[in-house]
Amino acid sequence: MVSAKQIYDSLETVKDPEVPVLSILDLGIVRDVKQLENQAWEITITPTYSGCPAMRVIEEDIKATLLLIGINNVHVVSVLSPAWTTDWLSENGRKKLKEYGIAPPVNELDKSVLFGVPTPVPCPLCDTINTKMVSQFGSTACKAHYQCQECLEPFDYFKCLK
Amino acid sequence: MKEHLLKYVLRLGDDSLILGQRLAEWCGHGPILEEDIALTNISLDLIGQATSLLNYAGELEEKGRSGDDFAFLRIEKEYVNCLLVEQVNGHFGDTMLRQFFFDAFRKILFESLQYSSDKQLAAIAEKSLKETKYHLKHSSEWVIRLGDGTEESHLKMQESLNTLWRYTDELFFDDEVDRYLTENKVIPDLVNLKGMWKENVDHILQLAKLEIPTNNWQFEGGRVGRHSEHMGFLLAELQYMQRTYPNMEW
Repeated sequence: MVSAKQIYDSLETVKDPEVPVLSILDLGIVRDVKQLENQAWEITITPTYSGCPAMRVIEEDIKATLLLIGINNVHVVSVLSPAWTTDWLSENGRKKLKEYGIAPPVNELDKSVLFGVPTPVPCPLCDTINTKMVSQFGSTACKAHYQCQECLEPFDYFKCLK
Repeated sequence: MKEHLLKYVLRLGDDSLILGQRLAEWCGHGPILEEDIALTNISLDLIGQATSLLNYAGELEEKGRSGDDFAFLRIEKEYVNCLLVEQVNGHFGDTMLRQFFFDAFRKILFESLQYSSDKQLAAIAEKSLKETKYHLKHSSEWVIRLGDGTEESHLKMQESLNTLWRYTDELFFDDEVDRYLTENKVIPDLVNLKGMWKENVDHILQLAKLEIPTNNWQFEGGRVGRHSEHMGFLLAELQYMQRTYPNMEW
């Protein structure tokens, strides 16, 4: 008999294919784990962005990983509401992002005021807040592109989404 | 009810799909690397929204069609996107102004739709709204920057405005589908949205030092499947793989 805790432990090893230091639990996209009848399990996940191309891969990875602990009847359900927010990113996840060289979301939305001063994002390498936004859009939908003005490191910023 | 809702969801889905396809054409052709990435990021969000909407259309129709079937296997007259989104990319300013009109509309639409009495539509709106706000910030800034930029960029943006303005009324096209859904609290009243849209758009255009053309001739037809000449070319590219290799999958 497999417990929900064992399922969660297993899901901890499923990584976000685009930011492989984060597990899907760190990312906060696993919304529910539920046992159905006949040893079947239902895992509910939510996309970070509508067009996130990683969702299909994540679904496959969940099934493959749970197979390793002997569960072969898994339904992965994707829900849109409530919509994902970076508030669901775990503390541990934030730490791992920074170590990986991606600035974690600062707890403030990018100002919607036009040409307003962008939220200061500390450089993941030297920690100065003397950085500038190069582009609101980065290498994936969830990131913006920044550069450090002190150590000159170009870096990704995991955008704050609320 | 279901029949009206299906038509409405297809209109929303097709707007996202066709504009997503248009923006994808910029891939590898952006004026600078950052904008190349921005435009394709926005395209990806729109295609994602289209996927949710067209899958939902399939559920409502109950004939076993998937979102992909709707996207790739209809004929031109069955697409019900507005004419604005199928207009050619033109230069970067044309693309940004088209995007700005669309984002400004989608933002206020989704703000209301997230409280729709239809749960699935509300969920899609709630999700898409966060993305749309980001898109609107981006397109507004470019409209201001280019409109209030150099003499040449200003001139080009004013020309874009003169051309694209003619497709903006259709964003608020309403027929028995919209009126029925408004009465049943599924969608907001488009008349109210139009006032809000105009106010927001006026504000940005004023900052951009651009003037709305006095000639207010407006085109419509997309919502009932009557498209401009650009649509056939767009679909030929969009549908190429499915038409050439039927039922192919990634």
